[in-house]
Amino acid sequence: MHFVKNITLKIWRQAGPDTAGRFEQHEIDEISDEASFLEMLDILNERLIESGHVAVVFDHDCREGICGTCSLMINGQAHGPQRGTATCQLHMRKFASGDTIVIEPWRANAFPIIKDLMVDRAPLDRIVEAGGFISADTGGAPDANLIPVPKPVADAAMDAAECIGCGACVAACPNGAANLFTGAKLTHLNLLPQGQAERFKRSESMVETMEEYFGSCTNHGECEAACPKMISIDVIATMNADYFKSKFKNRKKLSRT
Amino acid sequence: MSVILDAKVPEGPMADKWDNFKEHAKLVNPANKRKFKVLVVGTGLAGASAAATLAELGYQVDAFTFHDSPRRAHSIAAQGGINAAKNYKGDGDSVHRLFYDTVKGGDFRSRESNVHRLAQVSVNIIDQMVAQGVPFAREYGGQLDNRSFGGAQVSRTFYARGQTGQQLLLGAYQQLSRQIGLGGVTLYNRMELLDVVVIDGRAAGIVVRDLITGEVSSHAGHAVVLATGGYGNAFYLSTNAMNCNVTAAWRAHRQGAAFANPCYTQIHPTCIPQADDFQSKLTLMSESLRNDGRVWVPKNPDDARRAAEIPEAERDYYLERIYPSFGNLAPRDIASRAAKRAVDSGAGVGPLKNGVYLDFSAAFDRLGQPVVKERYGNLFDMYERITGESPYEMPMRIYPASHYTMGGLWVDYELMTTIPGLYCAGEANFSDHGANRLGASALMQGLADGYFVLPYTISNFLADWLNKPIPDTSHLAFKVAETSARDRFARYLNIGGTRAPDHFHRELGKIIWDYCGMERTEQGLEKALSEIPALYEEFNKDLRVTGDGESTNQTLEKAGRVDDFFQLGMLMCKDALDRRESCGGHFRAEHQDAEGEALRDDENFAHVAAWEWTGDPMAPIRHQEELEYEVVHFQTRSYK
Repeated sequence: MHFVKNITLKIWRQAGPDTAGRFEQHEIDEISDEASFLEMLDILNERLIESGHVAVVFDHDCREGICGTCSLMINGQAHGPQRGTATCQLHMRKFASGDTIVIEPWRANAFPIIKDLMVDRAPLDRIVEAGGFISADTGGAPDANLIPVPKPVADAAMDAAECIGCGACVAACPNGAANLFTGAKLTHLNLLPQGQAERFKRSESMVETMEEYFGSCTNHGECEAACPKMISIDVIATMNADYFKSKFKNRKKLSRT
Repeated sequence: MSVILDAKVPEGPMADKWDNFKEHAKLVNPANKRKFKVLVVGTGLAGASAAATLAELGYQVDAFTFHDSPRRAHSIAAQGGINAAKNYKGDGDSVHRLFYDTVKGGDFRSRESNVHRLAQVSVNIIDQMVAQGVPFAREYGGQLDNRSFGGAQVSRTFYARGQTGQQLLLGAYQQLSRQIGLGGVTLYNRMELLDVVVIDGRAAGIVVRDLITGEVSSHAGHAVVLATGGYGNAFYLSTNAMNCNVTAAWRAHRQGAAFANPCYTQIHPTCIPQADDFQSKLTLMSESLRNDGRVWVPKNPDDARRAAEIPEAERDYYLERIYPSFGNLAPRDIASRAAKRAVDSGAGVGPLKNGVYLDFSAAFDRLGQPVVKERYGNLFDMYERITGESPYEMPMRIYPASHYTMGGLWVDYELMTTIPGLYCAGEANFSDHGANRLGASALMQGLADGYFVLPYTISNFLADWLNKPIPDTSHLAFKVAETSARDRFARYLNIGGTRAPDHFHRELGKIIWDYCGMERTEQGLEKALSEIPALYEEFNKDLRVTGDGESTNQTLEKAGRVDDFFQLGMLMCKDALDRRESCGGHFRAEHQDAEGEALRDDENFAHVAAWEWTGDPMAPIRHQEELEYEVVHFQTRSYK
């Protein structure tokens, strides 16, 4: 087993949304390079609790990179230095002895801090509630193979559907825009034959809900670089095209074709 | 209160029971549905699909999740797929065969009628999820693709890359979100259930704690659905998410819901072995890998060469050797025990000699790396991120880990617990998998319960309550439950000991894993039953929780969950001790044949053990539901 030694952590501590925050410094003398980044925080927290201090609050759950709960800015990068990797899948072998690691919560106006490193990402759910679905009540679905979906279409929809809803795209964006998140959901549903009936209504309502909460996209591309699922920025182009069309398409006529 | 286990199985031949039930169940007319409030706790596959469907039907639904968003539930981590008896491959599958395989796979410890219904509605699930836009894998002609999956001889598993659970959960989440947007469902996020309130013998509502403010509050409804997942984290190290816990089911149990078969826990054969002592969780590698990967260990336990340097003749492909007809696809319990035997014999691989190889080199030769990459690329990447080793260059190392729990709250055919009005769905109930669950059946059961069972059975209960007043949250029973919940959390804060909740969880998990894990003995279980109460006493004296109860405090949340795991741990060991046979995931070393295979005792143990809470976690009362097999006849499971 190899060890990483003498790590200095600078962790953002903040008691609540309306209180001032500050960096708190902790030293980790030695940690196995097999440990995950969050296991390092677990060890720190256990030490803090047992010495009478309050543990650092951070969101996490599956630790397999799929639930999208974890959310840390590590040295200024959303989910840290490893490409295509959520914080929970980042391991200490990616750091060197003597490193200083700065840990902050997601930085975005739309995501107010709840406590320490935990933020409120509810606006992402509001976007989905506005139209990120196919209206198909339980019970009336036809046989699944009645709707053939060409493999390339299914694959492209799946590429977009891989989004884990973590919000790293928003945190990484200088404008705090949620275009990658919204574009991914729209692309997933708008590409599929099942999604055509509501395609333009969906595009319109999701984009406009997004704009209520989030900043605007100015094509920095930071979102794609930060995305743990490496979702392509192409989804934003697909979204923009469909949103534009949603304002001009004659939907009555569309519904007949 | 004495527990009555009436399974309420409908009349008629097995294949007609579900239709008979639906034809005779009481209905609530569409205009009256809005007069009923249903509380759904948990928003994974079972909870989200139930909440969305009930709201579509017109009921008022309040949904509760301790996550920030319903999309986070651990259903999301299921990788391999979902079974359905579609027979799209024309390879001889049918509802009967899926039913038969599930009863046999469950080692004859499940209720036949429930399993048959599960197989019947499996086909509707695929239709529904495709209609929702779940991007299942497709053939070039646009039709759905299928693969075979651990323990099945037909290709009935539908999948979406290695992220089937994610895509299904997002499908159900989107359907739930639609209802939230339409106002049919009110969502309470970051809320954890602390108690179930029973008034006049009926589930009247729940008490929850807001995880942001610490506020404890009550919610009343006509029916309560618990879809709160399994208790695999009792082992501390498991493939469950960090926040998975037994609290909701356990609190219901303490209020009178019988807890069935807690000793039936599934150990998944293909997880990444533990790397060090302070590891927080284990990661599963999808069982689908066994379709193309071959499991082996070196014949010579002291062989220190790299895997690739060990010649074929010096490798023991033990699954292929012992189980020639199923080979690497042997069911989970069997594959897990075989891995344990290999490692216990000293033949384990890796730095800690705690794993076995899962080797893809034959698949690379047969299919080429690009095809293997398309099938499993994301799993290979995940493995590399965690271990720093590439499966393209050296075989994966795997070892069994706690993964799923077949036991859970006892439910009747209608998924109602022994508390009228309290339902339980998904992994949290005990109903469909018997003593062992087959691969790709958990997603199937969660969605079957939520989409196609509960919406039918719940009206059968609600119909009788039309226009009858139910107690609201000002009722004394709610106030008493709130006070007791507040006191409990205040007590954790005031113990003022020296050790964090995680310390106790880790120690508890070790005891349960050592004595109530892959192999159990009478002696070991007796030992666990003396060690757990001793550790529990220490927990109650030496626990340290810092911070306060009025803001987000994950240490405090954890303390409550660990408390409940202690009490559950005692019940798991008691159940394992009293079940003097080996079946499925429950392997008692005293009950095995000369070749080390499990020996069931159908004469004395073909029953469900459902436990009643008495107030003392060490003195529960065991009740039995006898299992009758009309269609599938007892046989020894053989995968040789």
